[in-house]
Amino acid sequence: MKFGVLQFPGSCDEVDALHAARRVGDAELLWHGDRDLKGADAIVVPGGFSYGDYLRAGAIARFAPVMEAVIDFAGDGGLVLGICNGFQVLCEAHLLPGALLGNANRRFTFRQVELEVLNSGGSFTRACALDERLSIPAKHAWGRYYAEPETLAAMDRAGQVVLRYAAAENFNGSVHDIAGVSNERGNVFGLMPHPEHAVASLIGGSTDGLKIFESMRITVEGARV
Amino acid sequence: MSENHPPAVSIETVSAPPAPSVEDALALGLTRAEYELVCEKQGGSPNQVELAMYSLLWSEHCAYKHSKKLLRTLPTEGRHVVMGPGENAGAVDVGNGLVCAFKVESHNHPSAVEPFQGAATGVGGILRDIFAIGARPIAVLDSLRFGEPGGSAIRDKDAGDEDAQSIANARARTRTHARARFLLDGAVKGIGHYGNSIGVPTVGGEVYFEGPYEQNCLVNAMALGLGEREKLVRSAAAGVGNTLLLFGARTGRDGIGGASVLASAELGDADADADKRPTVQVGDPFEEKKLLECSLELLERGLIVALQDLGAAGLTSSAAEMASKGELGIDLDVARIPLREQGMEPFEVMVSESQERMLCVVEPANVDAVIALCEKWEVNSAAIGTVTETRRMRVFDGEELVGDMPVRALVDDCPLYDLAPVKPIEPIYATPAATLAEDASPRETLLALLGSPNIASRRPLFEQYDAIVQSRTVRRPEQADAAVLALDSEPYPTADPRSTADPHPTGADRPIPALAVSIDCNGRRVAADPYTGTVEAVLECAANLACVGAEPLGTTNNLNFGNPEKGHIAWQLTESVRGLGDACRALQAPIVGGNVSLYNEGQTSGPIYPTPVIGMVGRLPDARRAGRIGFVREGDTIAIVGPFAPSLAASELAKLRGEPLPDGLAAIDIEAVRASQIAVREAVRAGALASAHDIAEGGAAIALAECALAAGLGASVELDAIATEVTDSLFGEGPGGFVVSGRERAVRELGERVPVRVIGTVGGDALRIELQGQTLSATLAELAEAHQALAVLFG
Repeated sequence: MKFGVLQFPGSCDEVDALHAARRVGDAELLWHGDRDLKGADAIVVPGGFSYGDYLRAGAIARFAPVMEAVIDFAGDGGLVLGICNGFQVLCEAHLLPGALLGNANRRFTFRQVELEVLNSGGSFTRACALDERLSIPAKHAWGRYYAEPETLAAMDRAGQVVLRYAAAENFNGSVHDIAGVSNERGNVFGLMPHPEHAVASLIGGSTDGLKIFESMRITVEGARV
Repeated sequence: MSENHPPAVSIETVSAPPAPSVEDALALGLTRAEYELVCEKQGGSPNQVELAMYSLLWSEHCAYKHSKKLLRTLPTEGRHVVMGPGENAGAVDVGNGLVCAFKVESHNHPSAVEPFQGAATGVGGILRDIFAIGARPIAVLDSLRFGEPGGSAIRDKDAGDEDAQSIANARARTRTHARARFLLDGAVKGIGHYGNSIGVPTVGGEVYFEGPYEQNCLVNAMALGLGEREKLVRSAAAGVGNTLLLFGARTGRDGIGGASVLASAELGDADADADKRPTVQVGDPFEEKKLLECSLELLERGLIVALQDLGAAGLTSSAAEMASKGELGIDLDVARIPLREQGMEPFEVMVSESQERMLCVVEPANVDAVIALCEKWEVNSAAIGTVTETRRMRVFDGEELVGDMPVRALVDDCPLYDLAPVKPIEPIYATPAATLAEDASPRETLLALLGSPNIASRRPLFEQYDAIVQSRTVRRPEQADAAVLALDSEPYPTADPRSTADPHPTGADRPIPALAVSIDCNGRRVAADPYTGTVEAVLECAANLACVGAEPLGTTNNLNFGNPEKGHIAWQLTESVRGLGDACRALQAPIVGGNVSLYNEGQTSGPIYPTPVIGMVGRLPDARRAGRIGFVREGDTIAIVGPFAPSLAASELAKLRGEPLPDGLAAIDIEAVRASQIAVREAVRAGALASAHDIAEGGAAIALAECALAAGLGASVELDAIATEVTDSLFGEGPGGFVVSGRERAVRELGERVPVRVIGTVGGDALRIELQGQTLSATLAELAEAHQALAVLFG
């Protein structure tokens, strides 16, 4: 299984994502100016400040040549994971519903947060148990998830709200404490916390983030024998 | 720029032909004698471009004219040193063919004028210094000083008085406190904005609040980078006929005169300083992120001969430094420089401090490849000149020669001044207002100290920084006395820490070497005794490294002082540098680079506390055993290790009580302190200690509270053995002490090498301290509430 990790000017966590993906499979970086996904089985849109986050976080990156290929790939059912800035890019590209607004505390905030798994059957969380708590760091200034009430209701019905901040953990003010959502088809997933920074006990504070990458591997390859 | 308040540098003052006058030179910060020397070197009056360039390179900021003689006394060589002072950053060998490049720099005056951009561009500047030598920046730390932020009990009582004078005083204080908070808020946001956006973690730092920093805050930023020893690049121009290529942001009018007008003079009142805002540069971390990746790829591909960043004094300084180090000359053409705005005069182009620019020397055959790589990273580039053998700096505007100067005159011939130190007879600094009553109980005192601005948790500040990007951060802020960064770029083992009770999970089957870094300086103690206070600051950094198991490799420093032309400031500076040299020699932690920031004085608040900020980098063999602050296991033995002799002199408690600074601190036995640091370091490395924390502000009681808070585990201790006076035992300060915990046998074994006083055990949900028959007790919840005081102020 091979992950492709996008690299925009201003990406910051792409190497971290690359190393995290390599714990469960192969991975390589994909340059923003290329349209070739180089045979990747899954795409990671990493964190950072693509194009300086100018105009609006993710608003310029969605027009990058590589995103045309990613949109086609997602349309064909390929797995796409967006982390932090990647989540913002996927919302801007309309691959995911909703939008990310400025944090309620109006500051860039870095904090280890506890998340609850609301949907453990999907392509990105099948290695997790239902209601399992994941400890994963978050670090962003624009992470307040918002969607219209009708959209939220539809997302709830379709099981698209995959991760929620546990009680008292929602520092950014996301609606319904939403931390991670998928598209209706379940093959595109975005979250504000950084699973790639929770893959090694020495540096991560937890290894819970690995479950996201492992879930993707299982989805692509089937369970390891 | 307001017409009523013309700025010190304006186009009108220096651009009007004919040749500028001596008055113009004075306005640019040169003295009359210096101007005459310039004329002598030039063989006549300098023209506008030449005068602008001399005035910058001969400024205090660039020429270190009041500090260079002192700096020459510092130890700069050692077995780990790869690059010493003089390059863009110093570097030490960290094994496996890798070096760690590091340096601290100040951006004090810009931050006092515009804290967000001042601090942001401070980070940007220090990061460029690191990647200019070919190292990838892996961490930022910051050292900040502001005036009192307010919020204490006694002041609030005052403010409630009916008396008109009290109300007026209270209002004045409120304004002062609001300014301190405005500056802190802006500086922290600026540092975060730059570091977070560029993908370099901010892993540590320190902040103090003291009256003397009220009008002249300090913003010092330190950066570390990792590079391959064989691939480091120097800044010396080389190869006559090679091309000089400028790449990065376009050049604009921002920051003109930053080095001379802003950095090399005292600040005036706040309104006048508002006029200096055009001299503050504006940063763009996205541009720098591209510049960083582009520079490292240029070096990786071996496409450039020399590299230099553009910082203070812009192109003037960069080009002249490159020529000087290479003992060559440079011809450059301002007409070929990509500009941000039309109609810039040649002198403006030469002195602009526009951010995010680099200058490199390229062999003619590689110019096209360099330009193509810049295009890949969407970075502007332009060939702007050539390396010559003339040893002259020649500036052209198209065909016209607009400036011609000997490189040596520009870079090396600025006169150096001897200081005239005079030990002050009278106290220099005002006694701080009391905020804690003399008869406060030990418990009240503990909680007041824990909530005092200099001790309270820095969480509201460091939470605004990304501390983990690049996946090296083994210890996050508040987890250990020093930041710990794994050296490996390989993925680390996955082992889940929550599956084991072992405090040192060993999921990996091999050691993971790591760097440790600390930055520190307690300016109040340096003010009390510039020599001893500076020794203490160096020892404190080394103690922080010892607590995580690291030995010092090298030191950087930022000497923040007042006006050196005044005898008492000259005395502070001289004594401080003497202490710095002695301590670094004793610890075998040579100075590999640094910075000097003088003229830090407010118009009414006077000079800042002398603040020699020390940054120290060390190495530990195995990050899996990196020490931590917090207690780990119930029942572990707690001890105080080292030749700790606490005293209230110049302590945090003395400040809260409104006591004046003492004249001098107790002398230090540096070797005894060093022995205790080595013992603690070795015990941490051996995995014998569960926790280690050095005793600093607030003394043993505060250190114990911090160990308990970091772990959520209480402790019961008895402190009678520490000192004869109750308050000295609890809150007295001094170098050489550590609070450690571990298995009883391991802790007692440490006593075979250094003084160890076993004081109690870990456990429960409160900190209980017994001494002289009294018991001081506070629950973890009470301690935590007091410790969050900054969150209330800055929330």
